[in-house]
Amino acid sequence: MQRRVVFENKWLPYLLLAPQVAITLVFFHWPAAQAIEQSMLLQDAFGLRQTFVWFENFEVVLSDPNYLGTMRVTAIFSAAVTVLSMALALLFAVLANAHIVGRGTYKTLLIWPYAVAPAVAAVLWLFIFNPEIGVLGRALNNIGLRWDYRLNDAQALFMVVAASAWKQVSYNFIFFLAGLQAIPRSLLEAAAIDGAGPVRRFWTVTFPLLSPTTFFLLVVNVVYAFFETFGVIHALTRGGPGKATETLIYRVYLDGVINNDMGSSSAQSVLLMLVVVALTAIQFRFIERKVHYA
Amino acid sequence: MTARRLVDLVPHAVLILGVLIFAFPIYMTLIGSTWDAATIARGNMPLTPGGEMANNYAHAWNESRGERAVFTPVRIMMLNSVVMALTIAVGKIVISILSAFAIAFFRFPGRMVFFWMIFITLMLPVEVRIIPTYKVVADLGLIDSYAGLTIPLIASATATLLFRQFFLTIPDELVEAAKMDGAGPMRFFLDVLLPLSRTNIAALFVILFIYGWNQYLWPLLITTSREMQTVVVGIVAMIGNGESATDWNLIMATTMLAMLPPVAVVVLMQRWFVKGLVDSEK
Repeated sequence: MQRRVVFENKWLPYLLLAPQVAITLVFFHWPAAQAIEQSMLLQDAFGLRQTFVWFENFEVVLSDPNYLGTMRVTAIFSAAVTVLSMALALLFAVLANAHIVGRGTYKTLLIWPYAVAPAVAAVLWLFIFNPEIGVLGRALNNIGLRWDYRLNDAQALFMVVAASAWKQVSYNFIFFLAGLQAIPRSLLEAAAIDGAGPVRRFWTVTFPLLSPTTFFLLVVNVVYAFFETFGVIHALTRGGPGKATETLIYRVYLDGVINNDMGSSSAQSVLLMLVVVALTAIQFRFIERKVHYA
Repeated sequence: MTARRLVDLVPHAVLILGVLIFAFPIYMTLIGSTWDAATIARGNMPLTPGGEMANNYAHAWNESRGERAVFTPVRIMMLNSVVMALTIAVGKIVISILSAFAIAFFRFPGRMVFFWMIFITLMLPVEVRIIPTYKVVADLGLIDSYAGLTIPLIASATATLLFRQFFLTIPDELVEAAKMDGAGPMRFFLDVLLPLSRTNIAALFVILFIYGWNQYLWPLLITTSREMQTVVVGIVAMIGNGESATDWNLIMATTMLAMLPPVAVVVLMQRWFVKGLVDSEK
């Protein structure tokens, strides 16, 4: 945790820390504390008076059937984005990692979507799948599928999942590729000499050795699906039709910004904080264990 | 032998298919930016480029009025995005390298308290604390300003941890030698530590630039005037609710322009980018 040789100075370290600590206090600790305080306050209809209500806001939020529906949508959405983007990334990484010509080119051609903003990814997909002007949207209607993601729940969910996963594959690809390159060749060669075919080698040697990467990506992708996909949903469906694509973070935005219900919005924020803290804790436990057998 | 050849081709086929699926949306956007609004609105846009490319890009770049809608000129939105991305990237790197230097190279009361204060921010993405942070920024009168747009996103535990990790690997002999030569801490920082950190700084810069450029929810809340709009938010605003008539040709030109800087940074600085990504998440 600490170097053996250090500099001696009474005030310099505090001066060096000051900018980051100041920004962190003002824009992180203070708002986080406010969120917790606000989540236990109830505002009257005119916003004039606030009463301390303990956990009433949480009770209201958690017993709201709409909120439970939003949780269900978030669970389905996050699982779909995570599984889809990780599976595709793993497939591409395994293929690109094999001794084939043009590995570097494939790598470059697969990682650039990382740079595309989630909201922009949504616009790209919207332009293709728009039922009136999109190439594929029109094609689907022409073959009689009645495609309109603005009216159909399942189609809306498909759109937000596809756009979110499309953007995330490149991130997972980079990590899987790095993980694959760290696997010693000798292990795979030994398995090959023992007569294991490529598929068997993958499932008995490569996949287990990749598990630290896979687990890490699992957590990162869930966090991505929970929070960073706000732009995708805002650009594509605004949570609709109805509440078919309303995720937890979108609901925080709706209640806090559009409906101006600070108590409920803050209670939801605090619940989300707990989710992230839990995910981070799981990840740290795992990373510690990884150090053990590395 | 031919069967063997065919098997060897399968990985290429799958990868090429993947590359094409990834490139297809971009291709359609590019094509969309070369036709006129009416052709696209009729819904029979060809799959090959049209002749309106120069017009569309010039129009989107300079004008604030399309055929059908009003929007902010792209040059203004791009400038806002550049300012935002650069301020966040440079700001995060500067404050993080300074605080990592303090935590790694000094022993002082409260060191671990400060470390944990910074470390805990790792846990909460800005989206989670968005409403209360918005309130703080509003109370400080920073709504619709570059300061409000960037400073709240600058605090970063990731960068601090990365620098600290790297500083811990610097050999003690180097520090002792510097001390023996009579160098104070700041001289050591500027002449030894900064040059050694070049790779880490470049890698972090790529990641943070993209992070800043791609922000959505925060600028959506903080910017209220058209002059402050960032390009990612601006595109979605141009589409609106999809009910009214839309200048798809201009939107597609804007989308291409909005993707250009971050994609260029990733492709041109690919080596730093991959390193930065893998290191900062460790």
